[in-house]
Amino acid sequence: MNKIWLVIKREYLTRVRNRTFILSTILLPLFFVGFIFASAYFSIKSTEKQKVAVSDSNGIFRNSFQNGDLITYEYPSDVNANNFKDKGYSAFLQIPRDYNSGADSISLISTKQLGIDAEDKIKDQINDAIRNQAFLKNNIDKKVLDSINKLDEDQSYKFRTVVKQGNKTEKSNAALSYGIGYGSGFLIYITLFIYGAAVMRGVMEEKMNRIAEVIISSVRPFQLMMGKILGIAAVGITQLLIWIVLIVLLSSVSTSFISADTLQHAQAMNNGMGAAGDSSAAINFLNAKSTFLSANWALIIPCFLFYFLGGYLFYASLFAAVGSVVNEDPQEAQSLMLPITMPIILSFIIMTTAVGKPDAPISVWASIIPFSSPIVMMGRIPSGNVPIWQLVVSMFSLVAGFILTTMLAAKIYRTGILLYGKKVTFKEMGKWLFRR
Amino acid sequence: MAILELQNLKKYYATHKAVDDISFSIPEGSIFGLLGPNGAGKTTLLRMITGIFYPDSGEILFEGKKFNPVDDIAKIGYMPEERGLYKKMKIGEQALYLAMLKGMSKRDAMKKIKEWFVKFEMESWWNKKVNDLSKGMGQKLQFVTTVLHDPKLLILDEPFSGLDPVNSNLIKDEIFKLAQKGTTIIFSTHRMEQVEEICNNIVLVNNGKKILDGTVKQVKDEFKEHIFKVGFDELPGSFSSTAFDIVASNESSYSVKIKDGNRPANVLQEFLNQKASIISFNEVLPSLNEIFIKVAGTKK
Repeated sequence: MNKIWLVIKREYLTRVRNRTFILSTILLPLFFVGFIFASAYFSIKSTEKQKVAVSDSNGIFRNSFQNGDLITYEYPSDVNANNFKDKGYSAFLQIPRDYNSGADSISLISTKQLGIDAEDKIKDQINDAIRNQAFLKNNIDKKVLDSINKLDEDQSYKFRTVVKQGNKTEKSNAALSYGIGYGSGFLIYITLFIYGAAVMRGVMEEKMNRIAEVIISSVRPFQLMMGKILGIAAVGITQLLIWIVLIVLLSSVSTSFISADTLQHAQAMNNGMGAAGDSSAAINFLNAKSTFLSANWALIIPCFLFYFLGGYLFYASLFAAVGSVVNEDPQEAQSLMLPITMPIILSFIIMTTAVGKPDAPISVWASIIPFSSPIVMMGRIPSGNVPIWQLVVSMFSLVAGFILTTMLAAKIYRTGILLYGKKVTFKEMGKWLFRR
Repeated sequence: MAILELQNLKKYYATHKAVDDISFSIPEGSIFGLLGPNGAGKTTLLRMITGIFYPDSGEILFEGKKFNPVDDIAKIGYMPEERGLYKKMKIGEQALYLAMLKGMSKRDAMKKIKEWFVKFEMESWWNKKVNDLSKGMGQKLQFVTTVLHDPKLLILDEPFSGLDPVNSNLIKDEIFKLAQKGTTIIFSTHRMEQVEEICNNIVLVNNGKKILDGTVKQVKDEFKEHIFKVGFDELPGSFSSTAFDIVASNESSYSVKIKDGNRPANVLQEFLNQKASIISFNEVLPSLNEIFIKVAGTKK
């Protein structure tokens, strides 16, 4: 046991001290949070004012467009599609003469892309105007219409879904659980490959360096293999925890920065102007944050760590076995890895279904069978629909599964690590499994 | 007492019998030569002794008890033929790691490493990486890491391959010193001339089978052909004798083979009768190399 500990310590320290580890561990969350923060920030801060010239010869929409914070509408008579730029407009909105007959479409002409946000707003204005006109045409009272529109702007109605399980009521959010399920499943998928490959490369390195024989004259081959696997597991957990802490820290710092500056401004604007939709991005951002926090993190994070570790242990020993039979030739590693990578990729494919249909039979079964459970179960858990018994069975079979794969892999590893210059077939590996 | 006793060891691979029913014992404190051509089964034998492989059948006794790889490997030092070290690990840390894997405490290991590093003039290497070392330097480091934990049984597989004469001698001296302190040394090689110089006991294997074993003297006695070399001040004229045949000659000596029923004294007597001026007289023993070629050749 003491010796496994020494191996673990060496594996851990040499990797954690490595420059690429330090860089990737710190830079990735910075990049991640920076990306989210930047996209949120710029969507709020896009303050370029747009002046749109409207050509509406029939006067259908006259005065029905409302000037917003960023977009103002004017109805000059001397502006056309060729000279709007010279007259100081950023876009020209042309409503055709026979628009009502539906023969021609409304066109928005600009010299450069206005941006999705601006385009959406203009479209909304047009839709609103058309709808209002339709109501009025059908003798709906102006007052009634105004009050209906008011309803819309206030967003006074709210929608939420609630899942009842016995006495427990949970707020649920399908999109959120989909996102978290997909995200954590994907993360496990990626980390299985990253750390599994690290184990394989570590084993290959020891074999190629010929240090393997020196070491296993001091420790049992199994101790060497497990030491490496556990050491790299510790590296993986360290990296994940640093990522989680950094992402939480950085995102709270960045949101507080946003709140202090722009959100107040945005909220004030929202209250003051009533209808202005320009600051909706900031509001969305706030809403998203609170929805995000509403997820059942107390269940998700421990489960994520368990399935990360369980899945890793299930596959790592198999990667080690492959590493032990490879001779110098990376091509050989590719083909030997296939039986390991196929189930991982398959699990990922099943997971993409499972996030949408957490109760479908394939999702349930794949989340219980060990080879796919780490990825698929993480796709299901955020939905809150996983019965306890399934979770327990899945966890137990994963533990049993990795004990089994480790035992089998150890037998291949023991022989493979000292075998040089010979291409090993699956048939031979099969024979090794039954050797004493 | 035998520190190691092998009884009917067998290890078969799918295609060939690597070790086929080999038994011998290694006296404590001896320098024991394990000889044989490449592919004879030496490395497989050593891997069973170091607990890396399990024998298919047979028994290994270490210090009189059944060999238990988990505990006993701490008392064994093994330097494989193919040297191996972590290329990117610092040399000091690497030596410390390997010593602690053998069960040493960190303090003892540090003390020992310093001693050996001073002895081999390696003190300045501590923070270097193996990548920065020359091949010879790597070999020295490998030897040091093998003996750090004061093994009772030291197994060296081709320890001099790739070493220059200076480093070869350095390590040879250390082997003798360790032997004097009571370490048993198994020295595996296919270079017979090194064995004659270093070993007192040998076992010869070929094609997975033991061909012969014993002390170097016993083996040579067994294979001697009763040839003596007689040196002269002035070479006497050739004559025929009832006691011997001349099998070879050069400008100052004859090599003679004693005929059955005669003794070396008869040979001397005959030369003296010829009034020859003898200045030397010694028996020509076969080299292990010759013995090996002879034995391996006939048994094939």
